[in-house]
Amino acid sequence: MSAADTSLLRPKLLGRATVNVVVALSVLYTLLPVLWLVLASAKNRDALFSSDLLSLSDFSFLQNLKDLFAMDDGLYGRWYVNSLLYAVLGAALGALVSVACGYAFDKYRFRHKEKLFGLVLAAVMVPQTVLALPLYLMASEAGLVNTFWAVFIPVLFNPFGVYLGRIFARGYVPDEVLEAARVDGAGELTTYVRVALRMLGPGLVTVFLFQLTAIWNNFFLPMVMLSDQDLYPVSLGLYQWNSSASVSPEYYPVVIMGSLLAVLPLILAFVLLQRFWRSGLTAGAVK
Amino acid sequence: MTTTTPARVPAGADRAASPAPSASGPRARRAAKRRQLTAAGVLMTPFFALLVTVFLIPVGTAVYLSFFSDDQPGLGFGPERTVFVGLRSYAAVLTDPTFLGGLGTVALYCLIYIPLMVVGALALALLLDSGVVRLRAFAQLGLFLPHAVPGIIAALIWLYLYTPGISPVIELFAKGDITIDFLGVHTVVPSIVNIALWSNLGYNMVIFYAALQAVPREVIEASVVDGAGPVRTALQVKTPLVRASIVTVSIFTLIWALQLFTEPMLLSQSSPMISSRFSPSMYIYDAAFTRNNYSLAAAASVVLLVCTIALSYGVTRFTSRTDSEEAR
Repeated sequence: MSAADTSLLRPKLLGRATVNVVVALSVLYTLLPVLWLVLASAKNRDALFSSDLLSLSDFSFLQNLKDLFAMDDGLYGRWYVNSLLYAVLGAALGALVSVACGYAFDKYRFRHKEKLFGLVLAAVMVPQTVLALPLYLMASEAGLVNTFWAVFIPVLFNPFGVYLGRIFARGYVPDEVLEAARVDGAGELTTYVRVALRMLGPGLVTVFLFQLTAIWNNFFLPMVMLSDQDLYPVSLGLYQWNSSASVSPEYYPVVIMGSLLAVLPLILAFVLLQRFWRSGLTAGAVK
Repeated sequence: MTTTTPARVPAGADRAASPAPSASGPRARRAAKRRQLTAAGVLMTPFFALLVTVFLIPVGTAVYLSFFSDDQPGLGFGPERTVFVGLRSYAAVLTDPTFLGGLGTVALYCLIYIPLMVVGALALALLLDSGVVRLRAFAQLGLFLPHAVPGIIAALIWLYLYTPGISPVIELFAKGDITIDFLGVHTVVPSIVNIALWSNLGYNMVIFYAALQAVPREVIEASVVDGAGPVRTALQVKTPLVRASIVTVSIFTLIWALQLFTEPMLLSQSSPMISSRFSPSMYIYDAAFTRNNYSLAAAASVVLLVCTIALSYGVTRFTSRTDSEEAR
């Protein structure tokens, strides 16, 4: 928009001030709880319950950090590694599987294609709580309950990723490129791996990021499947520690510190991969 | 699998199949077609294997379990038998006041949460799109930040902000001589709404903002030339143009809201107001893993599934009907 048009659109000064105040208040609403988490993580247990949040006299950030990794024989470190394994490996593998399927949906013709795609879309709708009991029974039949795989395999399934994959394949991989590869005598799968996958890169990263968030957030499935604390992801571990906190308050500072650390990987991923997920949101929502 | 069976496709109509010029003729074309179907099969098999094992079979199992039950033989002796009980489990679920109470709670939660979320996110997106907001990139990032906070941790943060003694919010109110119990009888649902709103407001705002950015500038310029003020432009020109994303966001918000589990589960550790069967999802968890009543849990799952599908279908139908009415 040119400058002249914008000036026509601009409301009067009062309107501008109101708009800015509303947006500023909304930003405060979203930021202050996170800021509280940061400030509270530097408090020891007594200060958490008594003192002024902003006073630095009882600064015990490092002590809390040490306590966190020492608590229950360093269980938190294990949980963190577990979460990273579930989320990073799961999202990487899941994104590859979903995008390959979405690509095939866009580039090939076969019978019942749209019916199958409808099934994929229907799977997006089904609540996870509905699947949990049958999955638990199946896992226990297969002897997988309370193992890494009981959580890892179900989280690979990402029907929304297939939907996004199809959209990205249509947008990023022109059919002419595939035809040219066929004329050159390249095999279909070779073309996919060498040519198409490279073009699908940004889409792949978007699906990866969506799935990373979902798996890092996952709480219900591990809760159903796992009883061995050593296999817990951070979310379930913190839930458990928080339930102990009402009885033994020494858990409060470590739960707060643990929460702060658990937020970091996703923030890091979102900041580093910002330009990818923005395009992904647009593709997924505007259509 | 369906994908590997040769498809009957008119040769000329095939967009993807183009035989190499050196090897033309129907035979070479068929071979190319077969190669493509094989490739499609290879690319789709991993996903559909997952779809069958972690989606279709579990849904089928849930439906099956809801019609069968383990009956203890008389006096508790002898082997357990699995017997067909028809709709008995459904009758048990649908007459259970705790399940119906859970449905009511989720209905109330949806009625407060979904309008607040959709209107709030859209309003913020329109404000950011109006071009008068300072530090727009910072505002967007700040609003989006809670999306990077896992649900259980969002619930933890807010639980502490609701807890007297820890919370600076309650302290602040106390200085003004106001006592608030965020986890009381009437406040517990709004408190949960607040957690969900905080987590997802910025995410949905970004979706709306992206859609608004795609609105052609000429349309907006035309409305300005027609003398529409910025408020009218936002409400009567821009908003109708992003209908599609409003529908998408509403449906996804609805599906997520119906699954309500994480937040009340965490808050139940500290609030007696939240029972172990507070929402349908918590009811399912309680029935399956505390009471070990699989058929009851399965029946409740199927009821929740049917509600989800019916409501999402209803939203889609409702919006497409109003669409066609507007077109007339």
